[in-house]
Amino acid sequence: MTVTLTLATARRILAQLRHDRRTVAMLVLVPSLLMVLLRFVFNNESLFSRIAPALLGVFPFLIMFLITSVTTLRERTTATLERLMTLPIGKLDLLFGYAVAFGLVAVVQVVVALGVSITWLGLDVAGSLWMLLLIAVLDAVLGMALGLFVSAFAGSEFQAVQFMPVFVLPQVLLCGLFVPRGEMGWVLNWISDVLPLSYAVEAITEVTRVPDVTATLTRDLVVVAACAVLALILGAATLRRRTP
Amino acid sequence: MADSTTVDVEGLDVSRGGRTVLGSVRLRIAKGQVTGLIGPSGCGKTTLMRAIVGVQVVAVGTVTVLGRPAGDRRLRRRVGYATQSPSIYADLTVAENLRYFATILRAPAGDVRRVITEVDLGDHADTLVSRLSGGQLSRANLAVALLGTPELLVLDEPTVGLDPVLRDDLWSLFHRLAAGGVTLLVSSHVMDEAARCQRLLLMRGGRILADDTPDGLRAATGAADLEQAFLRLIRAKDAVSP
Repeated sequence: MTVTLTLATARRILAQLRHDRRTVAMLVLVPSLLMVLLRFVFNNESLFSRIAPALLGVFPFLIMFLITSVTTLRERTTATLERLMTLPIGKLDLLFGYAVAFGLVAVVQVVVALGVSITWLGLDVAGSLWMLLLIAVLDAVLGMALGLFVSAFAGSEFQAVQFMPVFVLPQVLLCGLFVPRGEMGWVLNWISDVLPLSYAVEAITEVTRVPDVTATLTRDLVVVAACAVLALILGAATLRRRTP
Repeated sequence: MADSTTVDVEGLDVSRGGRTVLGSVRLRIAKGQVTGLIGPSGCGKTTLMRAIVGVQVVAVGTVTVLGRPAGDRRLRRRVGYATQSPSIYADLTVAENLRYFATILRAPAGDVRRVITEVDLGDHADTLVSRLSGGQLSRANLAVALLGTPELLVLDEPTVGLDPVLRDDLWSLFHRLAAGGVTLLVSSHVMDEAARCQRLLLMRGGRILADDTPDGLRAATGAADLEQAFLRLIRAKDAVSP
């Protein structure tokens, strides 16, 4: 793995995005617009403040999952991946290139959504904004790594898009966003315990409520980061130099 | 293996989905020549090329390229490969694509310019690949394979859909590269391109029917043109083993 090739890959992915202005606009604006929508649906600042932090973690996860599974599937079907595998570039250069590029996109996305939520929608963040940003970016990288991994099992873009309800929606339902995790039955609670998004949402909620870095927060960060790394390794295992 | 051999294939079997695509293929490709891989579509040309580049899972047999097993990591900078369907990013410009691949190959700074000129895409360097015509697209795809200093170029149908003048230019380029010591394996399903190769591998049904020079092939079959020579070879083979 080399820094030059990782950065070259990240630059290439960002250049691809730059040529697609509509996608850039949607990536930057859609989470913020949804936050605004949510605020007025609740029509209540304190209710909004309770649920908004979780969504700041869910949006980057969900969006990066979707765009990565589609982009990497495209790399597989247009044989650019096969070409790359014949060239002197490591699998990790490619994966980390994706992580850097989409991580940067996630930073912009979260900064805009957070800015709108704090200045206009009345969201209160007790802890550090940097910590919140870090968690949101980790969520994005986790979504990206999962998207990359499952794209190996998609035979078409139709299938790739439908992996979203399969791999992402259950995590969203069970992460404590709708019903606190403690109030779920033991089976659901147990499932929710092994899903990474639960920890991401818990961490982001913790940051908005508590000013200090708590033990829960640290544990959650470690879990999310470890899951992202695990998914990246699984993703690397699906990149093959030789194919049948 | 002699120094003059770039590619050495021994007893190569490849099957895909239970169907034999290549059956006991044995061949050698000499250094510094343009070798044509000629045969109808579906005869296994692409699979053979993939095996030589080292991206094909092989059942039995050995493929040696530049003295190393095909796909060896040390070969990645020494072998250029252009797939038949373009494998470049449609949402980047021609120059952006080439700059990315040039960085990976650690090619010198002027290389992007050089290959753009070689494939005559100077006017389209800043055009998005998705806006290129079919012929321009296949030339952009070819340009990637020319980056750096490959010693072996494996080009899968690089001249499909090109106008005759451009096709002629590309064949001149191939011969110039060969004269400089580069080995080229170029596949085609049209016979008139076969005459431009120094060596021919005729393929059919996953097997090599003939491995000869164009003149040698004409002499051996007594046919005036290569299309006829190919036909006679097939009929002779079918008569022996129907």
